[in-house]
Amino acid sequence: MTGAKGVSVHLQSCSKTFPDGTRALEPVSLDVACGETLVFLGPSGCGKTTTLRIIAGLEQPDDGGRVLFDGEDVTHLPIERRNVGMVFQSYALFPNMTVADNIGYSLKIRGASRAERTTRIAELVTLTGIGGLENRSIDQLSGGQRQRVALARAVAMRPRVLLLDEPLTALDASLRERLRAELNRLLRSLGITAVYVTHDQAEAMALGDRIVVMRNGAIAQIGTPREIYFEPASRFIAEFVGAANILEATAADGFLALRGGRLAIGGDGKNARGNVVAMVRPEAIALVAPEGASLTGRLETASFVGDRLRLTVAGVSERPLSIDAPNTVSARPGDLVGLLIDPNAIRLFPGERS
Amino acid sequence: MTKTRILFGLQLAFTLLVAAFLIVPAILSMVAGVTVNYFRGIRSGVTLHWIGQVWELYADTIGRSFEIALATLLVTLVIGVPAAYALHTRGGRFSRIVEEIITLPIAIPGLAIALALILTYGGIGGFRRSWLFILVGHVIFTLPFMVRAVMAVFATIDVKTLDESAASLGASPWRRFRDVIVPNARPGILAGALMVVTLSLGEFNLTWMLHTPLTKTLPVGLADSYASMRLEIASAYTLIFFVMIIPLLVAMQWIGAGAGLMPGKKS
Repeated sequence: MTGAKGVSVHLQSCSKTFPDGTRALEPVSLDVACGETLVFLGPSGCGKTTTLRIIAGLEQPDDGGRVLFDGEDVTHLPIERRNVGMVFQSYALFPNMTVADNIGYSLKIRGASRAERTTRIAELVTLTGIGGLENRSIDQLSGGQRQRVALARAVAMRPRVLLLDEPLTALDASLRERLRAELNRLLRSLGITAVYVTHDQAEAMALGDRIVVMRNGAIAQIGTPREIYFEPASRFIAEFVGAANILEATAADGFLALRGGRLAIGGDGKNARGNVVAMVRPEAIALVAPEGASLTGRLETASFVGDRLRLTVAGVSERPLSIDAPNTVSARPGDLVGLLIDPNAIRLFPGERS
Repeated sequence: MTKTRILFGLQLAFTLLVAAFLIVPAILSMVAGVTVNYFRGIRSGVTLHWIGQVWELYADTIGRSFEIALATLLVTLVIGVPAAYALHTRGGRFSRIVEEIITLPIAIPGLAIALALILTYGGIGGFRRSWLFILVGHVIFTLPFMVRAVMAVFATIDVKTLDESAASLGASPWRRFRDVIVPNARPGILAGALMVVTLSLGEFNLTWMLHTPLTKTLPVGLADSYASMRLEIASAYTLIFFVMIIPLLVAMQWIGAGAGLMPGKKS
């Protein structure tokens, strides 16, 4: 619609050591496909922002690291010549310029005529839903409006890659959710290659074609939101992305032996033996009648949160199990309950111990 | 109730007393400048004669002082603003060391700086005799004020991210400096500029050592007139100095208040 198109991005063993000797990033290699939205997810200090800044050209990777845009080596190209759009967490809008001047700044630098600029600015304010604010100064805008201006400004010159550094973090929860949906629609309609950094797993799930989970300066897992959620590569990822019940148990003959009974394991875990660490999501556990159930426990707490019932059941494993049940289920704390878990929903983490 | 009122009265009286202690000499000095004969008091009559005489004797020092002040301002702007930008965006230990070195002249007695300049460059006759020699001293002394004022504003507006965002939009370092950094540092630049001009106009320590009979500035001329002229002339001279410097001080206050509002405006 606006003619913006992206390039593929390739990082080749990019690591980053700061002058004081701290290692912010272990060598990272990855590809972002043309038009894809790749989300870097991780706790603070995991290296996600450093990776983004290396792609942007705001940081240089250590010697040996290379950054390629569509095969072109841009490692030593400063940010102002990379043609990347960037949205900062603080937005970094220019307080000395109006909304329109902020959006049109990159076009002005590229020598676009006043008429061209006006047309493009009009296009962008419509696209981002901030029509009528063109002549406002930045300090007259709300947080959500600033976020939209920052986005419009970043895509004005049709960048090769759009980089977003926690762009929704500064907003309050309800606005964040609304803007997340808007952002999603915008990224799809622009068809632009985007790299998005966040510590919010819901944001990562909603926006990412693929998610890169990072931890301690290294990639922990790369995959689609479904892969990350259903097939987490480690206990850390299982617990960081969504809620997870971690079960430490002994496996034999395709079953996990738990305090509250036996649990059948499906898929690759079938042949596991000995002490294992397993994971099951709260929504994968169903409540059944205790009679004849292979796994039982005692309901400890039940809280009604509207769209579902959040339960904790004790006596099944070391720690109470949390369960998301449909909001139509009626159960009272103290009840003996049976649990039914799809064998394929059990994921084992080989080689992990408590 | 009465107790607090008495306490308030005492505090007010004390404040007024301190204020009077500080202000009365200045007023007396200015009044002396328009009195016909200071020793006979104001009853001897009021005159502008002394002011006229000061103008005749010292007009060149006033002009020179303004010249030097403006030249100092120009140099501190050209050096100070980019320096503040570089020191702020680079950060790190090296920047802090440079900042300390720039700030040092505030703590070192002016006489010592002047002596060092004379020892080092005094041999270059043409330079020693020109007003540029004084300019160098003034720049050394006033530069920290410009750099500090600009850096203070940078600290409130997250200039580093502004710079990075301008860079991401394709702006070269010079373009960023011109379009984004300088306009947003304006309150600091203005505050620094007024500070530099007032400090340069009133600077005596350094200038006393650096001047030659042909490169007297206003404060040096003032000392000269106190030492060798009638008290009324020296006082009239003070009066002229006040008239020049007070608008600058008022402007400084005014802009300082404006700059103080900036962080609030930003949120």
